[in-house]
Amino acid sequence: MDIEKFISELADQYDDIDTSGFTSETLFKENEEWSSMTALSIIAMVDDSYSVRLTGDDIRKSQTIQDIYNIVFSKSTV
Amino acid sequence: MQAFIKAVSYYLPQKELNNSELSALFPEWGVEKIAGKIGIDTRHIAAENEFASDMAIAAAKKLFKEHDTAPTDIDFILYCTQSPDYFLPSAACIIQDKLNIPVKAGALDFNLGCSGYVYGLGLAKGLIVAGIAKNILLLTADTYSKFINAKDKGNRTIFGDAASATLISTDGFAYIGEFELGTDGKGADKLIVKNGALRNPEKNVDVKKDAYGNEQSPGDLHMDGPEIFAFTSQEVPVLIDSTLIKNHLKKADVGQFILHQANKYMLEHLRKKMDIPVESFYIHMANVGNTVSSSIPIALYEAITEKPAASNEKWLLAGFGVGYSWGATIISFN
Repeated sequence: MDIEKFISELADQYDDIDTSGFTSETLFKENEEWSSMTALSIIAMVDDSYSVRLTGDDIRKSQTIQDIYNIVFSKSTV
Repeated sequence: MQAFIKAVSYYLPQKELNNSELSALFPEWGVEKIAGKIGIDTRHIAAENEFASDMAIAAAKKLFKEHDTAPTDIDFILYCTQSPDYFLPSAACIIQDKLNIPVKAGALDFNLGCSGYVYGLGLAKGLIVAGIAKNILLLTADTYSKFINAKDKGNRTIFGDAASATLISTDGFAYIGEFELGTDGKGADKLIVKNGALRNPEKNVDVKKDAYGNEQSPGDLHMDGPEIFAFTSQEVPVLIDSTLIKNHLKKADVGQFILHQANKYMLEHLRKKMDIPVESFYIHMANVGNTVSSSIPIALYEAITEKPAASNEKWLLAGFGVGYSWGATIISFN
């Protein structure tokens, strides 16, 4: 897994805010666009791209993009 | 003895809540964008003095009228709801009386949500195959709107109220095939109205914001949308594959897949994941929203009208959600 690719895939789930400054340390829930719809889109993206089942709790306990990346990585078989 | 679907009708309450009204109520929230993604323009909301059994009765009356059936033909009522009139008696008993269905009929309520219609078909088939009943009126009705906090923008955007009526009989237009069912109560707290019944009777306790900023009290409907999405993405493809195997079919043999109309975003994700062509995957929710146990019969009614099935065509019906509970079957047209 490549974190830069993951950051850009995660950033694609946002439509309204400027995500060009997203890094692994970005607090991805701390912005005005964040909603359950964004969470759902991230779960869908991870399912599509990594065949990993991310849970609502995984999202809840993650703060930075690195946090969520680590969970996906630990669950990934590739 | 075989069981068939003989007739389907549905009822929507008159009052509507459209996206511009939601937008006026929650100006800071991008209703149009979210509603666009989940594919809902408007939803119907039961009036203050209109309850689920009233809507079920209205759906049954429509069925009798549209399909030239008399209440005296009915010998069993199965009523699926999570919005009961009373703790007791079963609303199905009240429905029997109000519809003038013979006193010789059996009647019971069962409590399921998005999987309820498929379970109802399964129960009805069982009653017919066992020789217990011959003409079963399967009713579904829910008024989730009465459980949703007025300030809960997310759930108000998704759910709509509705009722449906289906006649299951020893003959009809589509034979009811084999079932796959499933249950995982570990998901119970992911879609729940926690307070107001016996275990937690106190209804109006502290309103709090959930993880996504929706205001709810434990007496209101709570849904962890992302978690339910995760469950669905994993379980529904397995459910559909096993239902096909049990009915000796391949994906390509199915004319229409009619899944519980949860939201368009979720349905599209499932469709792509299962590699089902768009023309075989029926979606009808823009003017009704997620109507829980009535979503499959509403979509089925509209699909039959819009894309009449060829002789011997097979359709797959699949429901999944609150419980967690899920189920699927195949209906095979004459």
